[in-house]
Amino acid sequence: MQKDYSKLWTLFRSMFVLSACTFGGGFVIVSLMKKKFVEELNWLEEDEMLDVTAITQSAPGPLPVNASVIIGYRMAGVVGSLTAILGTILPPMIIISIISFFYEQFRTNPYIAIALQVMRAGVAAVIFDVVINLAQNVWKTRRFLYIAMMFIAFIAAYLFDISAMIVVFVCLGIGLLDLMLHYGKNKKEVE
Amino acid sequence: MLLLKLFFAFLQVGLFSVGGGYAAIPLIQEQIVDIYGLMTLEEFSDLITVAEMTPGPISINSATFVGMRIAGIPGVFICSIGCIIPSFCICLTLAHYYYKYRSVGGVQVVLGALRPAVVALIASAGASILMLGLFQTKLQDIEPGNIRWVELGIFAVALYILRKYKVSAVTIILGSGVVGTLFYVFLGAV
Repeated sequence: MQKDYSKLWTLFRSMFVLSACTFGGGFVIVSLMKKKFVEELNWLEEDEMLDVTAITQSAPGPLPVNASVIIGYRMAGVVGSLTAILGTILPPMIIISIISFFYEQFRTNPYIAIALQVMRAGVAAVIFDVVINLAQNVWKTRRFLYIAMMFIAFIAAYLFDISAMIVVFVCLGIGLLDLMLHYGKNKKEVE
Repeated sequence: MLLLKLFFAFLQVGLFSVGGGYAAIPLIQEQIVDIYGLMTLEEFSDLITVAEMTPGPISINSATFVGMRIAGIPGVFICSIGCIIPSFCICLTLAHYYYKYRSVGGVQVVLGALRPAVVALIASAGASILMLGLFQTKLQDIEPGNIRWVELGIFAVALYILRKYKVSAVTIILGSGVVGTLFYVFLGAV
């Protein structure tokens, strides 16, 4: 893993912009990060971004902060982590500090309410765009187990409201089982 | 002493809010309202409304809001730093081991099983937001007659643009906000 301090400014700027424009939960920012760091900047591989998402989901704390710690570390070690965190937390800190003085007006402003409502459609489009790419790649693995897991996990999370963390841990268990079977099979082939 | 109290309250929020987002709300409430009495329940529900309307993670939003109201700018920093210290330490450790062992064959097999799950979780978050955008309610309470056509149009056009051209996500999100709001103003709904 090479450290590249020349990327610090881009890292900070990217995190700052993403954080300032991320309405909705943690998975929204993960989709945005995927688009930015995998598709636009080519800093990370797609699999890596998915791994990072799984890790951030199983660690405590806000997802966007967790993801910035790991992506920052990947780009420039601990300095990168701190840079990425700063980029992620400054926008909400600034925005909320200002709003805390007049949140009553803010909360009841009809234009803001409408803008937030319609922005959801845009956010959903971004997530679907990212999901289409990701799902195609899972499909391309041609592994029945993975494709089935993707559909079952979706049904569990969306229709049955099962928490993301439980989904991640169950799949982690399946992965370990898969590993054991995999090694069992390899051993037989050797014999 | 007050700053120290704030710091410890948010250190615990950061440490125990596993799963992020809305799962963290009851925990933040417990720390801020019930245990430390830093806010009333009413102020807290205002905070949640505001946090939903602004970008950023809900725990950072609440840390800033509480910090600002109780101790001004120093409060903002103390609360936010308290909130991210656990994340920082834990994720840095995980990142270190991830990059150390990720090329090991066995680790690849295990991580391979996590990837479809993550795709599904992102898809699920997307579906929830889409339903909220189109029907302004959760999946269970949807009535097909209540569909909002403006949002459906924006979603379709935005997705088309994203698939067809290289546009940044931020442009799409802010663009849909501006176009949609103008549409509703034009329709006389505001």
